[in-house]
Formats: sequence, C-alpha cells, structure tokens
Amino acid sequence: MLKRTLLATAALGLGLAFAGGANAMDKVKACFVYVGPVGDGGWTFQHDQGRLDVIAAFGDKVDASTFQENVPEGADAERVLTQMALGGCNIIFTTSFGYMDATNAVAAKFPDVKFEHATGYKRDSANVSTYNARFYEGRAVTGTIAGRMTKSNKIGYIGSFPIPEVIQGINASFIHAKKVNPDVTMSIVWAYTWFDPAKEADAAKALIEQGVDVILQHTDSTAPLAEAAKTPGVIGFGQASDMAEYKPSPRVSAIIDNWGPYYVERIGALLDGTYEQKDTWAGIGGGEVKIGDITEAVPAEVKAEAEALAASIGDGSYHPFTGPLNKQDGSPWLADGVVANDGELAGMMFYVEGIVGDIPQ
Amino acid sequence: MIRLEKRPLPSQFWQVATPIVAVIMTMFAGGLMFATLGKNPIEVIRTIFWDPLFGEFAWYLRGQLMVKAGPLILIAIGLSLGFRAGIWNIGAEGQYIMGAICGAAVGLAVFPTENRLIFPVMIVAGAFGGWAWAMIPAILKTRFNTNEILVSLMLVYVAQSILAMAALGFLRNPEGSGFPGSRNFSSYPAAANPEIIAGSGLHWGGVFALITAGLLYILLQRHILGFQIKLAGQAPRAARFHGVVPEKLVVLCMGLSGALAGLAGLFEVTGPAGQISIDFNAGYGFTAIIVAFLGRLNPLGIVLAGLLMALTYIGGEMAATNLGLPSAAVQAFQGMLLFFLLAIDVMSNYRLRLKSTAAKMLGVK
Repeated sequence: MLKRTLLATAALGLGLAFAGGANAMDKVKACFVYVGPVGDGGWTFQHDQGRLDVIAAFGDKVDASTFQENVPEGADAERVLTQMALGGCNIIFTTSFGYMDATNAVAAKFPDVKFEHATGYKRDSANVSTYNARFYEGRAVTGTIAGRMTKSNKIGYIGSFPIPEVIQGINASFIHAKKVNPDVTMSIVWAYTWFDPAKEADAAKALIEQGVDVILQHTDSTAPLAEAAKTPGVIGFGQASDMAEYKPSPRVSAIIDNWGPYYVERIGALLDGTYEQKDTWAGIGGGEVKIGDITEAVPAEVKAEAEALAASIGDGSYHPFTGPLNKQDGSPWLADGVVANDGELAGMMFYVEGIVGDIPQ
Repeated sequence: MIRLEKRPLPSQFWQVATPIVAVIMTMFAGGLMFATLGKNPIEVIRTIFWDPLFGEFAWYLRGQLMVKAGPLILIAIGLSLGFRAGIWNIGAEGQYIMGAICGAAVGLAVFPTENRLIFPVMIVAGAFGGWAWAMIPAILKTRFNTNEILVSLMLVYVAQSILAMAALGFLRNPEGSGFPGSRNFSSYPAAANPEIIAGSGLHWGGVFALITAGLLYILLQRHILGFQIKLAGQAPRAARFHGVVPEKLVVLCMGLSGALAGLAGLFEVTGPAGQISIDFNAGYGFTAIIVAFLGRLNPLGIVLAGLLMALTYIGGEMAATNLGLPSAAVQAFQGMLLFFLLAIDVMSNYRLRLKSTAAKMLGVK
C-alpha cells in the first residue's frame, strides 16, 4: 500500500516536472529571417511590424530583438538559421517560401528549437509549423472594386511568379470583377520577381498603354502605384502593406498582411506551454488579412458593397470560390453552391473561365 | 603639391602591400560608418573578423567559411586568367547559373537511378553549361568584334530568366504540388554533393577550387600559355610578335572562366543550395570579380582573398543578427574594400611625388 502510494506520488511528481519543466517557459527568444529589407514597404515590412507587435505584447518576457534582413534563399539561409539556433533562439520565423528546405534541414538538427515557416508546405520534423494567409479573400474584395471602377473595362494584374498562391489571387480578382461587371477583361503581366521597382513599373506602364485603368499587383513595391499616379484615371491597390502615401488615388484600397496576431499567439503558446505543431491558413476572419481603408475616390455604394463582401467572407458566410465556376477551357470545376476545398486551392494551377492567356510553364 | 609619377617598373612592395593596406583602411572607414550608425565600431569589426574564426561558434563557422569561399575562389581563378590577358568576362554569374542548370538537369533526368557515374557526368555537364554560355560573348567578340563586357553582362539577365523558367517549368519538382523549385539533391544521394567530412564545410567544390588554384599557379609560372596570357595583357603588340593569336586567347580564357563558373554553380546547387530555385544564385559571379582583384589575379592570392571575402560575409551576417546592423551597411563595408583596393592599387604603378612649391617658385623665377 505504502509502496503503491509512493510510486503514484513519484509518477505524479514526474508528470508535474514534465508539465512545468519541459513545456512552459519563463522567457522566449524569438528570431526572424527576412528575405528583403525591412524598409521595403511591403512584405518584409509587414513581418517586421508583426515582430514589433510581439515586443509590445510581451515586453520583458520575450526577446524579439534578433532579426536578419536580405537573407538569400538557399545555402545562406541554412547558415543564418543555424547561427540563430546556436545563438539561443527558442523560436525562429522564416518568412519566405524559398526558406522551406533550409528551415526543415536546420530544424532536424535542432529538435528543441521551434521553427515557423511562412507560405510553405513541408513539416518534416515535429518542430516545424507552417503558416500562411488567405490573400485571395482580399483579392475578392479588390476585384469587386476593380470591376466597379473600370471605365475601359480592362483591368490589369501584375503577377510575380506563376505559383498557386498568385493564381488564386488572379482568379479571385477576376471572378469578383466579372460578377459586378460582365464586360470586364483582365490582362496579366508576369514580372518574375517579388520586389523589383523597375520591372514592376515597366509592367504597369505596359498595362496602362494597353488601355488598362485598374491595376492589381502581387509584387511588393509601390512602383506600380507611382506609375499609375502619372496617368489620370488609373487606380491601383496597396499590396502587402497599406501604401497609404498614394491615398486617396491612385491607391483606393489595399490588402494588408497582418502577421502580428499569429506571432503573438505562437510565442504566447510557447510561453505557457501549449505550443503544438500546426499548419495555419487564416484570412480576413482570423485577422491575418485586412482590407486597407477604401478612399473617397471610390463611390459610397461601391465602398459599401466591398465592405459587405469583406464582412461576409470574414464571418464565413461566403467563400470567394463558390460554384458555379468553370475552368478556363470551359470544363466544369465547382457545381452550383459548392465551395472549393483547401487542397484544391493550395495546388491551384489553372485559370477560371473568361481569363485570356496561359499560365507560363 | 602632390603629383603622381609613373614608375618605370611596377612596385613589388605595393603589389603585396595593397590588399593589406586596403583591408586596414576599410576597417577604419567602415568603423567610422558603424560609429555613425550608433554601433561600437570595435565590437562590429571584432564580430566580423574575429568571431567567425575564434568566437563561441567558430567550430561551426570555420567550416562555413569554406562553403562560402569555395565558389568564390573557383570563379575568381577563372576570371583572373582573362583579366590578366585583358579579356573582361563580367558575366560569370550567368555562366554559374547555366552550369548549375545543365548539371542539375542531367542529374534530375535520371532520377531516381543510383549509379556512381551520375555525379561525375553532372560535373562535366556543369562545366559544359558554363563554357557554352561564355562562348557566346567569346565568339561574338572574335567574329564581330563586339564588347565582351556588355555581352557577357547582359547574358546574366538572360540566364536569370532561364533559371526562373527552369524552376517553374522544366526542372520543377513533380511532387512539389505546383510550387517552384526542383527536387532537393540532398534526398538523391547519387547526385548530391554533401560535405566530405561532416562539419568541415568542405565539399567537392572546395576541393576543386584548391586543386584548380594549384594547377593554374603552375600554368602561370611554368607553362608557355601562362606566359602568353601575361604577355597579351601587358604588351599586346609584343604578344603578336611572339605568335599569340588574340582570338584563340579570347576563346580560351572565356571558355575556361565559363567552365569554372559553371562548375561552381553545379557544386553549389547540388550541395549547399540543394535545389534549383528561382533565385538560388547569390551573386557569387559578381563578388568573384572583387575576389580576383583582391587576390592580385594570382591563384594563391585568390585563395586567401576568397577566404577573406567569405569572412566578411559570415562575420557581416553575425554583426547583422547579433548587433542589429542593417544588412546594407555590411554590403557597403564590402564595397569599401574594393574601393580602397582600386584606389591604393595606383601605388603599384605610380609613385607619389611631393613637388615642393619651392621648386615651382624657383622655376617661376
């Protein structure tokens, strides 16, 4: 009897020790790897805003002062990650798709360090989590504004690389522009870069010369907006960041990446011992995607329509990819009322019906 | 008044002293820049130059030095040959990319066959890719007298576009659900280029770099071809009398530098980088130009210069992460190195003469 009690107590003690020692942490060092400069005004800037949110939320309990900008994807990323892991980081956020293999390789060597990889799909070891945002939800909203605002019925889209995430955005924009303006056509230019102001400006110029008067972009610089500003009547949208300096026109609204809540949640989980590996893909509802202020250049009824759409996506009552929808070649994709599943979206490599042109292969 | 006076012979002393003085002046000017950024200059300089070699994590970082220096040395040695002969291949970055694509394509084409011959064949294909890409400016120069600087540089951007096509199209991982990038070579042993000794950072690229440095040193010192290359650069007319055919020299130097750059690309993509991705190239082809000059276009000098450059990269990274230095400041620091090098290089061919105003006045009188 006594023996059994002793054993039970020991087991309980052991359990408590595990719960306390192995999981909850008193202080977390969070580190960030950026693909661009913090001053890019777009993608990396927004991730860094998320880092600052972490500092504001936890104060002394979290050291989030370590970050490295302009880290090339590939061998250099692996070294930077290793240095960070050796340097005592407890959780490392790698904020570009190209860090995927490096993140998983280093994570395998440092099982005690948590790795969070943005926009990837590989979680080879238990300490790798992935996160992404449903940018296509925002695209549906800007697509609606684009369809309403165009006078030439030609809207243009500056694509970065032909990958599923970008194709989702093109399709979502087009579907919703078409919904409010059946005459709309869309021209797509591939810039093959995430951030190159000169190339992006050229792409915008080419679109404007084709008669496009609304430019949507999936590249991160403000160059397309600067180009739009030169031609009266041409409008565009902020990408990744608010790009408020181009308000009220040409920037009539924006899709804002908001990583702060996710970073705060994950680091908080690490602090209180509830951290688990997961794959997160949140959108307007989860606060990761925000629609930037719709300016007075947009008529009030269009603004109301766009805001209502954003609200319905946010509360889950509407999904931007709801049938009936056909693929570009006219073959049926989603039947009436059917909603696309995440697997289909994650691998989306086709245009919807009505878009002209081919996806470069 | 200070005047520059041409030396009858280049100064032996300054040829050796230039890189050392340039590094010291870079430390001073860089330190000034770090100080204006609000950092302790001594701490930053120590982080860049000392910590990777002798700091807490030196056991890991010393190996990384070779990872970073390997491709720089390999490319720079090839470039130095042409630079000696007055043939300016500025497009090593493009040749590096094309070598990587060709070599990787061969490996990926036979996936998942396991055979000892696969990697050697990939090496040949990588060298061929770089060589072929360098032949374009070489042949355009010899046939149509185009400027190889412009053509080779422009071809870098063409190569980058082909790289994007490869990553998104013909070399894309069929199991990557539509995402760009090829298969990762680390999961394909027959085609992978792992560390030869775990933790040393030394892979086949580093071995090749060191062997090439030795071979080219012998070539330049002992072989008639080395003599011809040096002669063509110093005295083109005399070289012609000596029987040097400039066209042949262009084709040879461009081809060799292209092949070495291609090799560097192949070793990088199969080793440290791991896969063909949209932008796996990290600018080695351009940095190698600095390395070639920092090493005085001498193969052994280049080995040292490559290691020094790698040190500024790795130390610069540490300074950026640990001290919160903007990455642009580290790049500016590396740029200063080339700037001071070229500026002080004047001293090998010219001497400073303090022409006293007294002498001038005498002349006036």
